Amino acid sequence: MIAFLIKRTLQAMVVMFVISLISFSIQDNLGDPLRELVGVSVSEVEREKLRDDLGLNDPFLVQYGRFAANALHGDLGTSYFFKEPALDVILKKLPATLELVFGATLIIVVLSVPLGVYSAIKPGSLLSRLVMGLSIVGISIPVFLTAIGLIYLFSIELGWMPSYGRGETSAMLGWDSGLFTADGLHHLILPSFTLASIMLPLFIRLIRAEMMEVLQSEYVKFAWAKGISPWRIYFVHALKNTMLPVITVGGVQIGTMVAYTILTETVFQWPGMGFLFLEAVNRVDTPLIVAYLIVVGAIFVVTNTLVDLIYGLVNPTVKLAGGK
Amino acid sequence: MKKTTTLLASAVLSLGLMGTVQAQTLKMAYDSDPVSMDPYEQLSGATLQLSHLTFDPLVRWDQNFNFEPRLAEKWERIDALTMRFHLRKGVKFHSGNEFTAKDVVFSFNRLSKSADFKGIFAPFKEVKIVDEYTVDLVSNEPFPLVLNNMTYLFPMDSKFYSGTDEAGKPKDAMVKHGNSFASRHISGTGPYTVTYREQGVKMEFARNADYWDKKSPGNVDKIVLTPIKEGPTRVAALLSGDVDFIAPVPPTDHKRIDKSDKVDLVTMGGTRIITFQLNQERVEAFKDARVRLAINYAINQKGIVKKIMKGFATPAAQFSPKGYLGHNDALQPRYNIKKAKQLMKEAGYENGFTVTMMAPNNRYVNDAKIAQAAASMLAKINIKVDLKTMPKAQYWPEFDKRSADLMLIGWHSDTEDSNNFYEFLSTCPNKDTGAGQYNSGNYCNPAVDKQVAQANTETNPAKRAAIMQGIEKTIFEEGGVVPLHWQNQAWAAGKNVKIAPVVNVMDFPYLGDLVITK
Repeated sequence: MIAFLIKRTLQAMVVMFVISLISFSIQDNLGDPLRELVGVSVSEVEREKLRDDLGLNDPFLVQYGRFAANALHGDLGTSYFFKEPALDVILKKLPATLELVFGATLIIVVLSVPLGVYSAIKPGSLLSRLVMGLSIVGISIPVFLTAIGLIYLFSIELGWMPSYGRGETSAMLGWDSGLFTADGLHHLILPSFTLASIMLPLFIRLIRAEMMEVLQSEYVKFAWAKGISPWRIYFVHALKNTMLPVITVGGVQIGTMVAYTILTETVFQWPGMGFLFLEAVNRVDTPLIVAYLIVVGAIFVVTNTLVDLIYGLVNPTVKLAGGK
Repeated sequence: MKKTTTLLASAVLSLGLMGTVQAQTLKMAYDSDPVSMDPYEQLSGATLQLSHLTFDPLVRWDQNFNFEPRLAEKWERIDALTMRFHLRKGVKFHSGNEFTAKDVVFSFNRLSKSADFKGIFAPFKEVKIVDEYTVDLVSNEPFPLVLNNMTYLFPMDSKFYSGTDEAGKPKDAMVKHGNSFASRHISGTGPYTVTYREQGVKMEFARNADYWDKKSPGNVDKIVLTPIKEGPTRVAALLSGDVDFIAPVPPTDHKRIDKSDKVDLVTMGGTRIITFQLNQERVEAFKDARVRLAINYAINQKGIVKKIMKGFATPAAQFSPKGYLGHNDALQPRYNIKKAKQLMKEAGYENGFTVTMMAPNNRYVNDAKIAQAAASMLAKINIKVDLKTMPKAQYWPEFDKRSADLMLIGWHSDTEDSNNFYEFLSTCPNKDTGAGQYNSGNYCNPAVDKQVAQANTETNPAKRAAIMQGIEKTIFEEGGVVPLHWQNQAWAAGKNVKIAPVVNVMDFPYLGDLVITK
């Protein structure tokens, strides 16, 4: 276990290094940050002077060396737009994104398991067909459109939901979050459903397919023969084995989820990391872009490690790499 | 006991409610928020919008391009170089400091050091204090646009911004990258003070109780500004009543907003010209005026405005929009394919040629679509166009490198004066003086340059107008550039929010004067 974690940490460091190198080397192709810092009528001479001040005219290796030295001290640079350390800016936006991911995950878990299981047990029923049909629709509509559609229906036509933003937040346990206020939760509903809409159909279908396969297996047939209650067969014996691939896919999908928060947050003006990133790209705020990529890289590594650990718990036959 | 408390509480509550009936709150959404609270840091729309909320200029524009006295009550010309401004008395900054001539000098000196604003203040030598409430502004040469440029002088609180902050840095430091006192603290004379700011998320303003302009009809006590980047979301927020006022309004949503009985759409002819430049250094054929004219004849400006801009623009055949001194009414769009083909034939390019074109895809309204339309129009006169569009962040470096034969650019004159267009877009480029900085076409006519210089020192408006209209005519006749249209402006607000009198083409609404009816 410890050997596994050490190995993972080392891997993570290599990953971080590669990410920082890549993101640092692409920054020249993103555009000219000076253009976003000054007005259009500022002369080229002035801009060149500023570029010198910012050290943007130094050779790549000098710039990267400076960045790496600072990064080792926990300083990932200062955002051009926010004028604050990039890492602070991102961490400040992290709770909003986590709220969104949490909301969407909750919806996915609460809905996908019962719906997936049901449509596996009763594949011919009307509800199952409806769920399957809707999941096709859900998976094929772009997040952007889903969001606009939901806003149009629930905010403009019905007036039930707020159309944008995060709502009020309040601090609890040192965490300033919208999860603790009614207004915050109210604002969370539409974005969470939007974010969930892309992943939910996938999980319903995955659980359904796995469940159907498991229900055909010998041990389930044996359980039936033994006279165990259907409830226990479905939700204890069958579901447990169904969840193995679901966890693997889920772990990978968390990364996709982060990608989709960018779109969801942009449409809903949700002040999270994803929105921040897109803005940073538009503004060529290179320190912020680099810091974001590194933070997201870290999130990937951590979640994948966690998934591997959980996998080991659910399925004891799987040995952790490096474990004894 | 419990009952009395409840009674008392409800009494207090209802009192509070009564209070809020008078106090109006404006919830608004722009597409961006200012990068800094320092009004001199960046010359951008968002900064100027903030400046007009929290500061006052010496003079400001009204909707008809006239000047309104603000912190300067009146002004007079002393001699060819000097303009005397009489400042308003009894004006206080948010900090409580009194506004005097010293603040104007402080602000002028600070502006002259600002990378973004120094261009506007370069024609002036100095500001001299005559007495506590009078200053003399001296220009280097006779200068016709003194008042135009004074719309950018927002006096800052010299006492408040002097000295050093906790970090030991001077409070008046202007830092483009990193923290400064002025980018986080604000003390102006304006109608609003900043009460809350979370950059990129929300900004809140409260009415300045001591605001000097007692005649202002404005009755908004609190403003909540939320930047909403996405056009459809901004419109949805307005239609659902989450905000009361939005700008800009995407052209595709105009009809929907106009039809709604809850909100009003206000539009105005804009002053931002969208134009193509034909690079004569890269393409031999563009040196021939006939080819340039042929392109001008081949582009259907009215068609672009109607089909792509949905009518939300004014077709243009020159730089200066109506209302500018240089606007020449005789110059109209001249779409005529036959004539274009004939000119191409005369020039010996009947079979056409291939050129490259670049345009941004997120800078101007429908920029990429406009470029596509223009490319297909040029195909009709056998000019084959390789079009490349890209986000503005990548476009400007390409523009600086003059990477394509045709490049799209939009330009708004900071001085609201025609000469600014010529200086940046059509004078002979000169790397050393910085002239023609955005003239990617290298169009160069020394006679026009001479006229531009002349217009810069001519203080008689009628003579200036004649000179500048002549410049427009020359450029038109030589096909120096390919103007397309002036982008219109649009704002939308709830029916009870009376935005029509406070908005202007420069797009810094004077929200201090905004009235919200019940």
